[in-house]
Amino acid sequence: MGDFRVIEVKQSVFADNDRRAEELRRQNREKGLFLLNLMSSPGAGKTTLLTRTIELLGGDLRIGVMEADIDSDVDAQRISRTGARAIQLHTGGMCHLDAEMTAQGLAGLETGELDLAILENVGNLVCPAEFDTGASKNAMILSVPEGDDKPLKYPLMFSICDVVVINKVDVLPYFDFDMEKCRENILMRNPNARIIPVCARTGEGVEAWADWLREQVKKWREK
Amino acid sequence: MHELGVVFYVIRDVKAVAEENKVQRVESVTLEIGEVSGVVHHLLEDCWKWAVKKEPIMDEARLLIEEIPAVTHCEACGEDYETVKYAKICPRCGSDRTYLIQGNEFNIKEIGVT
Repeated sequence: MGDFRVIEVKQSVFADNDRRAEELRRQNREKGLFLLNLMSSPGAGKTTLLTRTIELLGGDLRIGVMEADIDSDVDAQRISRTGARAIQLHTGGMCHLDAEMTAQGLAGLETGELDLAILENVGNLVCPAEFDTGASKNAMILSVPEGDDKPLKYPLMFSICDVVVINKVDVLPYFDFDMEKCRENILMRNPNARIIPVCARTGEGVEAWADWLREQVKKWREK
Repeated sequence: MHELGVVFYVIRDVKAVAEENKVQRVESVTLEIGEVSGVVHHLLEDCWKWAVKKEPIMDEARLLIEEIPAVTHCEACGEDYETVKYAKICPRCGSDRTYLIQGNEFNIKEIGVT
């Protein structure tokens, strides 16, 4: 057995993932593919918002969806019924997707003919915020029943998102959810966040969200 | 929340360093973990013990953790203060124009090898 010695490493554990994410963003830009990373807690309405989004944008943009879940393929089935291309990614118990898993998902989605790929991340407000997936933009959904204090409890998630969709506004009369307070809480963490209130179930406000997304895809492809 | 995931990242990186340096065995791995990085130390240690057993080159490697305290800087008055105690609002001037300057790290500092 050799002598004991110490090797200095001094390396961030996330450095590799950050590099992979940058590479993926660069490749997607070259291909003209916009990747949206959509996050929220379980049950906030990601899949319902996506089916609405596909209805509104499917005519102009070729859309593919990657559904990331620990198990099952119910979400991918729902998306498939809209006519958009959908695949299910199983994370094998992991609470988030990283850039490598996202790259593999994109390969499986055959993005050559797509304009917009949407990654529906694992329902969780903590872990997905820590890992750059290589997305062009990050979006999250906060639903009214979750409460207006969530930006205070999960600051990292709100600080990395370019847009926060506030879903289920139809149930506002039944909850102690203060929309102004919620805006303040979000903007305190992230002054640049765009905030869009919607009801994905009825379609209220969803056009503003679809317009935002259409504009982002356009800008991404122009650069 | 994702302790097992980060343990896999650490093992992958340590194995790469060990290979580069023609190491026979990894005896210990020292991590620097920020106070507000969200990693729970005892969960990390449990995941570590389970995961390293599958890696012959480091199946008995000890995990050593050094914590980096969280510090927030106030842009308004220049004060640096303890993040965990005062959170987002500067205790000196009351401003919310503050940002974290350290405490979110998750680094592999060094490895002890033979």
